Amino acid sequence: MLTPSACALALLLAALLAAQSPKYGVGRAPSAEEIRVLGIQVAPDGTGLPEGSGTAVEGREVFAARCVKCHGEKGEGDVGPALVGGQGTLATPKPRKTVGSFWPYATTVWDYINRAMPFNQPGVLSHSQVYAVVAHILYLNGIVGETQVLNAKTLPKVRMPNRDGFVADPRPDVKRK
Amino acid sequence: MRKTNRRQVLQFGAALGGGLAARGEETGKLGKPLSGYGERSPFVKSVRATRQSKTPEAGSSSTPLADMYGIITPSSLHYERHHSGVPALDPARHRLTIHGLVERPLMLTMDEIRRLPSVSRIHFLECGGNSGGEWGAKTAPDVQRAYGLASCSEWTGVPLSLLLREVGVKPDASWMIAEGADACHMQRSVPLGNDLDEALLAYGQNGEPLRPEQGFPLRLLTPGWEGNVQVKWLQRLHVTNQPYMARDETSKYSDLMPDGKARIFTLVAEAKSVVTFPSGGQTLAGPGLFELTGLAWSGRGRIERVEVTLDGGHTWQDAQLQEPRFRKAFTRFRLPWQWDGKPAVIASRCTDETGYVQPTREELIAVRGTNSGYHFNGIKVWKVDAGGSVTNADA
Repeated sequence: MLTPSACALALLLAALLAAQSPKYGVGRAPSAEEIRVLGIQVAPDGTGLPEGSGTAVEGREVFAARCVKCHGEKGEGDVGPALVGGQGTLATPKPRKTVGSFWPYATTVWDYINRAMPFNQPGVLSHSQVYAVVAHILYLNGIVGETQVLNAKTLPKVRMPNRDGFVADPRPDVKRK
Repeated sequence: MRKTNRRQVLQFGAALGGGLAARGEETGKLGKPLSGYGERSPFVKSVRATRQSKTPEAGSSSTPLADMYGIITPSSLHYERHHSGVPALDPARHRLTIHGLVERPLMLTMDEIRRLPSVSRIHFLECGGNSGGEWGAKTAPDVQRAYGLASCSEWTGVPLSLLLREVGVKPDASWMIAEGADACHMQRSVPLGNDLDEALLAYGQNGEPLRPEQGFPLRLLTPGWEGNVQVKWLQRLHVTNQPYMARDETSKYSDLMPDGKARIFTLVAEAKSVVTFPSGGQTLAGPGLFELTGLAWSGRGRIERVEVTLDGGHTWQDAQLQEPRFRKAFTRFRLPWQWDGKPAVIASRCTDETGYVQPTREELIAVRGTNSGYHFNGIKVWKVDAGGSVTNADA
């Protein structure tokens, strides 16, 4: 355990490090635009979510055009994993981990679809289309209503069924007899 | 130097002439000329194992561990795990951007990164899903498919700590989001702290630039942690005050326990070893001397001991460890073995510098059940029958 004085010293050192001037002077400061074009990263509190909005009704068409080929008509899974169902199965011998049963944050669904889906053409969906597809997948899971509007303000407030389903790493956890 | 006399020259000539005659029709046939880039012998066929897939851009291929010598995995046989294919990145155009909770956001070219003080170190890399099949009722038949999502290379790069000092991490920062330049911009949240003291931004692998499959031109290397967090094709480090709960750290690479809760950020690869000879799929030619060998590694440091059993765990003996042993690197172990032609049940168990002993599969399952899917490090047991055939004992 760190003593209070050791903590104070560590903080002081951290502050000194932070204030230190660059030692090597290699590289340059990126412009705001250069950081922006790298793309969006969304935190669980909604930090990073862009403008735009969508509902499950709007998402149905996008889902049919872009998602069902791999994830099935109702998100039951095919080449791609199941997105729907499985709630109540996590503690059984045959758990089904889906967006509805397992994913702890709706913001992660938005971030992942925006950066990685559809599989063969990531980045093709507009921000509002991503909100709409997220709304549709959450609607299929019974998490949001069909006309509920998802946007940067409402999405982080969606409470996922498995929000409290994660615990810290307790390893080493296997003791030898 | 002693002078060569005429008699010796004559004798040498006679010997040479005799030798040529004995070579018969092959006399004087020249071999292949010099070449710009070396190829292995056409007699060597070992390849990475892949599975048939409708989406071959997303998946894994495993290292043929049983065909490896020493501790270094040839770069061409290093395991692969990609999420949206291997991007073709031009190093002249690639940039690393460090931004967020830092005093001085920084954008670096590859040339600039290579100007910074570098280090080279040998470390293993293991997919968090390696040996995932071992949780199942029927486990993998050979060492490549059971344990092959692990490889070991000499990596060269810039210490991450050097660049974090250079940008000046703010006191309220606690995580960084590492992101790749592949099609899906794979990202992981990385906790800042002492565990990153050994972390590198690596651009070299086994004496040459990284292979594209390993992240060319730049990857994050956090020795000892699961492979997924060591983001390839690294294009940015976003310093934050919270984990972003990315798909690959929540819905994937988390360990589902019997009570339905999942362990998250289970980053360290615990100590693990496996016998690669004799191992599943191989056949012993007949009784006599063999060299039993295998690999051990731990994400917590050095391997201190590897014990081997030849009788299904009744007795254990120490194997020889190849020196020098490196922290968080493959350690080769060896044991001369006189096979008497009788059935044998063979396994290895390792101990790392923290005193942690590799558990049995049963001990792991007793604590974690069979649904966790990731981070299996149990003992692998091989069965040798009287005919010399080696199979998986848990099949």
